[in-house]
Amino acid sequence: MSKNTELISKSLEKRHRSEKRFRFFGILGIGTAVIFLITILSSIFVEGKGAFKSTFIQLEINFDQEIIDPNKTNNPEEFKFANYKLLINDALKNYFPEVKDRKTFRDLSVFISSAAEQNLMKLAMENIEIIGESKKIWLLASSTIDVIHKNPQMENFLEEDRLINNIQMSWFNALKKNGDIKFGLNTNFLSNADSTEPEQAGILGSMLGSFFTLLVTLLLCFPVAVASGVFLEELAPKNKFTDFIEININNLAAVPSIIFGLLGLAIFLNVMHLPRSAPIVGGMVLALMTLPTIIISTRASLKAVPPSIREAAIGLGATKFQAVTHHVLPQSMPGILTGTIIGMSQALGESAPLLMIGMVAFIVDIPGSLTDSATVLPVQIYLWKSTAARGFVELTAAGIMVLLTFLVIMNSVAVFVRQKFEKKW
Amino acid sequence: MKETVKIKSKKLNVFYGEKKALSNINLEIPERKVTSLIGPSGCGKSTFLRCLNRMNDSIEICKVEGQIFVDEQNIYEKNLDPVLLRARIGMVFQKPNPFPKSIFENVAYGPKIHGLANSGDELNNLVEVSLKKAGLYDEVKDRIDEPGTSLSGGQQQRLCIARAIAVSPEVILMDEPCSALDPIATAKIEELIDELSKNYTIVIVTHSMQQAARVSNQTAFFHMGSLIEVGKTEDVFSMPKEKKTQDYITGKIG
Ligand SMILES: Nc1ncnc2c1ncn2[C@@H]1O[C@H](COP(=O)(O)OP(=O)(O)OP(=O)(O)O)[C@@H](O)[C@H]1O
Ligand SMILES: [Mg+2]
Repeated sequence: MSKNTELISKSLEKRHRSEKRFRFFGILGIGTAVIFLITILSSIFVEGKGAFKSTFIQLEINFDQEIIDPNKTNNPEEFKFANYKLLINDALKNYFPEVKDRKTFRDLSVFISSAAEQNLMKLAMENIEIIGESKKIWLLASSTIDVIHKNPQMENFLEEDRLINNIQMSWFNALKKNGDIKFGLNTNFLSNADSTEPEQAGILGSMLGSFFTLLVTLLLCFPVAVASGVFLEELAPKNKFTDFIEININNLAAVPSIIFGLLGLAIFLNVMHLPRSAPIVGGMVLALMTLPTIIISTRASLKAVPPSIREAAIGLGATKFQAVTHHVLPQSMPGILTGTIIGMSQALGESAPLLMIGMVAFIVDIPGSLTDSATVLPVQIYLWKSTAARGFVELTAAGIMVLLTFLVIMNSVAVFVRQKFEKKW
Repeated sequence: MKETVKIKSKKLNVFYGEKKALSNINLEIPERKVTSLIGPSGCGKSTFLRCLNRMNDSIEICKVEGQIFVDEQNIYEKNLDPVLLRARIGMVFQKPNPFPKSIFENVAYGPKIHGLANSGDELNNLVEVSLKKAGLYDEVKDRIDEPGTSLSGGQQQRLCIARAIAVSPEVILMDEPCSALDPIATAKIEELIDELSKNYTIVIVTHSMQQAARVSNQTAFFHMGSLIEVGKTEDVFSMPKEKKTQDYITGKIG
């Protein structure tokens, strides 16, 4: 062996060792990340899966004409003014005849959610023939009962820790023994907006709020950001002024998002008098926040396109603008879209700037347009998390599940779109 | 036969920032002939070539003084549109640079942006003729919709030539078009240059003395930013007037 070969083989040993060490740390890092991810996801799933079912109680409801339609009009519109609470109370009294005094009865009446009254009204209005008849109906239980039903171990808790007293517990057990209590699909969660009652609160309102907000963000942000990226990178002369702009765009990308919220409050609400809590304003604020991200990724992907493509087009007599729009931009589209999706994902998860413009309000109505009051998914999660009632715990986790699902969907769309663009060789 | 002059540079000086890349170049390029530019690396051949269709405009620090006349018109005049100029003076680059699109799209791009074809048929025809002129048609006629980047290096370079002639330029500039190619592909391109010189004025930069001798009618020797000698190719190679030219073609400087 020559002297050099010896030297090299000696140093090789060391180099191989350091490579192995690096590989070990890499695997360690990824392993830790995966464990954390699985822990977080599974704890969210375990906590949140309950939110997709709710408890129902079966009662024999007597659709008393005296109560529903005292004037005997047979006109469903008239049924709206009836007091359906009375029907439920009567049914409860029939079920538990031993409950006589008003105070004890109040403890019993909290079993049924107030949403059940709405359901009975709908039922009566849609089926007139039901008036005067008795029928067994599954009614939505209140959140308290739902919590007890979902956590059977609570029966053994001390009375004061249990949310319900011993008598209520015995009623609950009676219902259970008779098979008059069951789980059903929680349709409210995916079809309602927020509510003070956990069993009636839903995510649809904030989902649509997020959708409208992001729609505004995307429509404002994408064209403006791509156009500015193209202009700065390809067309603008390189001088002090454009350097200055470039530095400031990079700085903007690092500005804490809440500052954009303050800006939105000061300008969009106080000066321009746009509606408070509205997706259009939220979208504008998030667009400000997302602009620098997309501009920077646009410029980076434009830079990555080989200059020979530009030269080829310009050499053929294309204008600079044509060279960019025909060849450079399509080439850099995958990169631009990746940046856009990253920016939009950030915007979807953003809550701080939206608090500033009032999108944190308690909103019961599902937003139907860009100017309706609305809230967004992360703010809804925050709102539920900060509410004391026990029933909101699983809603919070379920809200996170919905938010994560949306993020996954958005990222898959990004992958799909990117592949579609890249397929053009 | 009296040669007509197609391109004429007059007192041309080019700077990259502070650095002078070309000084006082006076060169006449005859019409429908092949002119080769030779010289050691860094002497300014590419710079000169890129001045001829104002490709240097896109280099921010590049400054051009003096005049270049194409058909008696100064192309550095204020109101001349460099885009139109580049349609008249096509360019083929050192490294083949087809667009990442189909072979057809590559050739059709120039005619499309300049509106040279009135119908789809006309465009198809134009693409076919251009590919034929570039000697590529038979090799690609069955895969015209495949990406241009899927061709071999030599085919890509001929595709770039087809792309350039599709806009019917008057002049074709080639910057070391064969430097990335093997001898067979090179021979094909040289044949093609010979063929094209019947209709086009060609200026070619090359590092190969043999290539210059084979394809060109006129040869210009550059050294350190100056034009040392220009003349009929046979004359420059057989009895150079300048000592530097002699040294370069015999391999003493390079
Ligand atoms: N974009 C540029 N910026 C700054 N200087 C440049 C630029 N392009 C070329 N130069 C300089 O100008 C001089 C001439 O370069 P040019 O590319 O014209 O040489 P060349 O003769 O084509 O060389 P080669 O045979 O290696 O291609 C060189 O000294 C080079 O460093
Ligand atoms: Mg060169």
